[in-house]
Amino acid sequence: MSVEVRLPTLLRPHVGGQSVVTADGATVGEVLSDLVARFPGLQGQLVTEAGDLHRFVNVYVNDDDVRYMDKLDTKVGEGDTVSILPAVAGGA
Amino acid sequence: MALYDSVLALIGNTPLVEVSTLSPNPAVRIVAKLEGQNPGGSVKDRIALKMVEQAEKDGLLVPGSVLIEPSSGNTGIGLALVCRVKGYRLKIVMPENVSPERRQTLEAWGVDEIVSSPGSEGSNGAVRVAQRLAAEHPEWAFLYQYGNAANPRAHYEGTGPEIWRDCPEVTHFVAGLGTSGTLLGVGTYLKEKNPDIKVWAVEPPSGEMVDGLRNLDDGYIPPIFEDQHGADLLDFKTIVGPRESIEWTRRLRDVGIFAGISSGAAVAGAAKCASRIDEGVVAVVLADGGWKYLSTGAWTDPLDEVVERAKRTIYF
Repeated sequence: MSVEVRLPTLLRPHVGGQSVVTADGATVGEVLSDLVARFPGLQGQLVTEAGDLHRFVNVYVNDDDVRYMDKLDTKVGEGDTVSILPAVAGGA
Repeated sequence: MALYDSVLALIGNTPLVEVSTLSPNPAVRIVAKLEGQNPGGSVKDRIALKMVEQAEKDGLLVPGSVLIEPSSGNTGIGLALVCRVKGYRLKIVMPENVSPERRQTLEAWGVDEIVSSPGSEGSNGAVRVAQRLAAEHPEWAFLYQYGNAANPRAHYEGTGPEIWRDCPEVTHFVAGLGTSGTLLGVGTYLKEKNPDIKVWAVEPPSGEMVDGLRNLDDGYIPPIFEDQHGADLLDFKTIVGPRESIEWTRRLRDVGIFAGISSGAAVAGAAKCASRIDEGVVAVVLADGGWKYLSTGAWTDPLDEVVERAKRTIYF
C-alpha cells in the first residue's frame, strides 16, 4: 500500500528537500518505518526508541490526529494522505 | 434583564443557539455557543477575568501593576478590558501576522505596549518572547494563559455548566484548540455530568506559520494540557484548513451568525462530527464575532484569494 506523506519544513532537509514523498505500509507505524528506512536522517525524529510517537510530533491521516485513533496502529489505505506536523502553540 | 454593577459582570452566560439547519446529518442537532457576545468580543474575556481575579487573590497584583502576556489577539483584548477597568497596565506580545483589527483593538483599549514576535514562529514565537521578557522583568506579572490553571477553570466553572444547563442532551462537544483551556474545562465538566459525552478538538494546520521552527525540540505543548492530562480527555482531534474554515464562516451567515474564522473552523469540525455519528447533539463554541476579520475579505473577496491570505495569517 503506497500513501502520500507530507512533511513540515524542518524535516525536509532529511528527505532531499521534498515536501511530499510516498511511503509503503498498511498502518501509520509501517509507513513511518518505511520512511525512516529510505531516509535514515529521520531516525529518532518521528518515533522514540520505546516505539512511541515523538512528543512534539503530530501525525494525521487525512486531517485526523492518530493519537486519538489507534496511534501507530491506525490503518491507512490507498489514496490516504499522512501528514506530519510539529506540535506548536496555538493562537489564543 | 437586570442592572449590572460592572461590565465585568457581563462576562460569560453567553447564548446557546440552535443551528441544526447547518448539520449534514438530519439525526444530529448542532447548537452553537456565541462567545462573541462577551463584552470584549470573545471567549477569552472569561479567562482574562478569571486569571486576573486569581492573581489578585494570590497577591500578585497591586494597583498599577504591569502585566505581560503572549496573545494572538483575543486574550490580549480580554485582558485589556479587564486591566482597564481594574487599573492595571498591560503589555502584549503578539505575532506580527495577525489581522490588523486585532492590533487596532488592543491599541483602542490603550494597552501600554504591543511587542511584535516573528510571524514565521507563530504563537510559539510570542510565547518565547513573553517568557524572555517576563524573566528579564520579575516585577511584571506574567499570567501565562498556556500554563495557568485559572484558564481551564474559567470554562469548568462557566462555559461548561452553562452548556449543561441549557442543553443537557448534549452528546458531543467541539471547540478549537489553542491553549486547550476551553476543551479541558468544558470537557472535564461535561464528562463529570455524563461520561458518554465525547470531546472533539479542532485545530488549524500549522503550515507556513511554523517555518521558523528549527527542530522538533522547539515544539510546544501547553503546560495546562499536560498537567490536566488533555490527551486522555480528548476523544478526537482533527485539522480544519483555511478553505473549509472560510466556507463555513460564510455559511454561518445563513443562520444569522457573523463569526470569526476560527468559528468557521469549529463549525466545520462540528459538521464533520455530525456526519460521523448516527445521532446526537453537538455543542460547538464560536470563539468570536466577525468584526476583527473584515479586512481579510473573508466574506466578500474571491474564495481562493482569501484562502491564500489566510494561510499566512493567524486567525485562531
